[in-house]
Amino acid sequence: MRPEYLSSLDIATLRPVINKRWLSAVLLGLLAATALAGPAPASADEKAEPVSEPPRVQLVLDVSGSMRATDIDGRSRISVAQQAFGEVVDALPDETQLGIRVLGATYKGKDKQQGCLDTQQIVPVGPVDRDQAKAAVATLRPTGFTPVGLALREAAKDLGTGTTARRIVLITDGEDTCAPPDPCQVARELAAKGTTLVVDTLGLAPDDKVRRQLLCIAAATGGTYTAATSADDLTDRLKQLVDRARDTYTTTPAKVDGTDVCKGAPLLAPGVYTDRETFSEHRWYRVPVRAGQELRASVSVALDRPINPDHGVLLRATASDGRELVRGVDAGSGRTDVVSAGLRWSANEDGDDAERDEDATPTPSASATPAVTTVCLVVSNMFSPQAGTERNPGMPVELTVDVVAASPAPDGPDLGRGWVLLLLLTLAGLVTGLVTGLLTRWWVATWREN
Amino acid sequence: MRTRSATLATLLAAGIALAPATAMAAPTPTPSPGATTVTKAGTSFLSATPVAAGQPVRVGASTGEYLYWSFPAAAGETHEVNATVSLAKNRSGRSTWTVEVFDGLRRRQACTAGAQTPTADASASTVAIGCTLRRVRSWAEPWSADPLPGTYYVRLAVVNVPETDLGLPIDVDLLISTTGDADTSPDDGRLEAPLVPPANAGTVLDAVPTAAPEDEDDDGWRLNLTGWLPEAGSRWIWTTAGGVLAAVAGVVGFALTRRRSTR
Repeated sequence: MRPEYLSSLDIATLRPVINKRWLSAVLLGLLAATALAGPAPASADEKAEPVSEPPRVQLVLDVSGSMRATDIDGRSRISVAQQAFGEVVDALPDETQLGIRVLGATYKGKDKQQGCLDTQQIVPVGPVDRDQAKAAVATLRPTGFTPVGLALREAAKDLGTGTTARRIVLITDGEDTCAPPDPCQVARELAAKGTTLVVDTLGLAPDDKVRRQLLCIAAATGGTYTAATSADDLTDRLKQLVDRARDTYTTTPAKVDGTDVCKGAPLLAPGVYTDRETFSEHRWYRVPVRAGQELRASVSVALDRPINPDHGVLLRATASDGRELVRGVDAGSGRTDVVSAGLRWSANEDGDDAERDEDATPTPSASATPAVTTVCLVVSNMFSPQAGTERNPGMPVELTVDVVAASPAPDGPDLGRGWVLLLLLTLAGLVTGLVTGLLTRWWVATWREN
Repeated sequence: MRTRSATLATLLAAGIALAPATAMAAPTPTPSPGATTVTKAGTSFLSATPVAAGQPVRVGASTGEYLYWSFPAAAGETHEVNATVSLAKNRSGRSTWTVEVFDGLRRRQACTAGAQTPTADASASTVAIGCTLRRVRSWAEPWSADPLPGTYYVRLAVVNVPETDLGLPIDVDLLISTTGDADTSPDDGRLEAPLVPPANAGTVLDAVPTAAPEDEDDDGWRLNLTGWLPEAGSRWIWTTAGGVLAAVAGVVGFALTRRRSTR
């Protein structure tokens, strides 16, 4: 009797052990599943690409006659600016290349034609010699005219071309007295060129006209406008802008030119692109998507000029025959910097349709490889210009394209209905019943023997 | 059996504890202890400053600037954005502020609660902005706009302001808090890749690339594995366990009646 009793006890103690193991395995599996389902922690880490170029910033300082005015904390505007420049140069990060350009610093005469050519680079863009830069700023005396447009153009030349973003910080107290060129239009033209250029503006005790002009320059390039009313404000803001230049200069999109029809539109690989689109214009792009993949696209159109209050952006994905697959749309009213829309489209869900369509209207590339669907993307905007708003160059468009593995639809729950469920339950019950029955019979047999 | 009932009890307790937690967390979001304060903000989607939930943000800015931050979200979480803007003195009029949230595809996200676009009077010194987002789903159809795991963007800006007040200095305090756990059932589906947008510059292709055969092999291998092994916690395992329990209970009942009749 004793050995049998022991063996049954063994089974009884073993079972919880097995249960525990099973449970822990399930818990581990759950943990792994949630870890897999979770998103990548932060996108910023992935943004960091090896970039050879250092961040480049150019400070453009107005040294026109009006900077003599003593209305910031009882000090002259120029002395406040000089102090701020000194502190910025002292706190400059080592890798940042800084240049300083002045306007209206040398010509003392009254000839406007000549005064409006008065802009010089006093510190070339490059690794900064702090003492030299501060000395150069300290000797500045308010003198001449305010050729802002020309200074911006020259500053953009100083910064050179390249793949990373450049930043100009414009500090002025008076409106451009030399237009044409209109500084706002100059800024828009510069921003539309190949190299990404952002102009941040700082107004020293600005009046209405100056504010409007600086706001326009900032909006045209995606920069910011600040009214500096104290020396501390100016210093803090300058430091922040120089830091920002270092933090964000590497994230620059590739330039692409969309076409007005899908056929022959540029084929895009995953990444970020930039383009220009004017009022009531459509821009087409193509993205190859394989079966079992998902297309993700988003677009932002910037409001870089004065437009009427209501606006919208439409991003559509169509098959090569023009049939719409999916659309993303957003609209708004009032002040904003960009209007954005995005869409997802998965190739496998609609794969048969897309392939059939391509067979009906065969394009040479698509018929050779039926597993690849070429999806057309079209960007359109619902902006309306105000009277006198320039149409060209168009508004900046930022297009992000990504192609990832498709996420198939989950199967509906099998519980509650279905023959499969009944079969499973019956089988499980049968097996358990059989095992228990056998054990019971064996137990009864041994019990009878004793 | 004991361990099972114990886990069941803890699950129940967790569920009960969770319900009031979500309700209580709403009014007083606090930064997580030890989190470093972020003192920066981006000025576009691409340059958005990444922050984590519970990480406080304090940054000086100018009225009229568009400030961007990004934060990661996982399935099952509900996020809440709270911001306080300290306004400049001597303003000339009322200003309306807004915080807008976009997902990784820059699609506008709805706020289920919170003052998303409050208006500050000329005399007000601060304005509080809030937005509670929808619960992040683990999967959604490509055609839907449901919130999905991935990167989310927060944009804070003034939408209506007298032109003379533009450019004046402001201070922004922002905190993104999260409630809810990331525990979602695998039966609800899973997003293969979270909505994290690429940040690299794109390249224009010359021709349509041909389908890579390796990828298809990979897919097949993975399908086989998942096809044979039911995922932990799936309905199949629960149902099978239910069948086993039912059978055991049946046999126990049967045995009880047998014993009574033999006595």
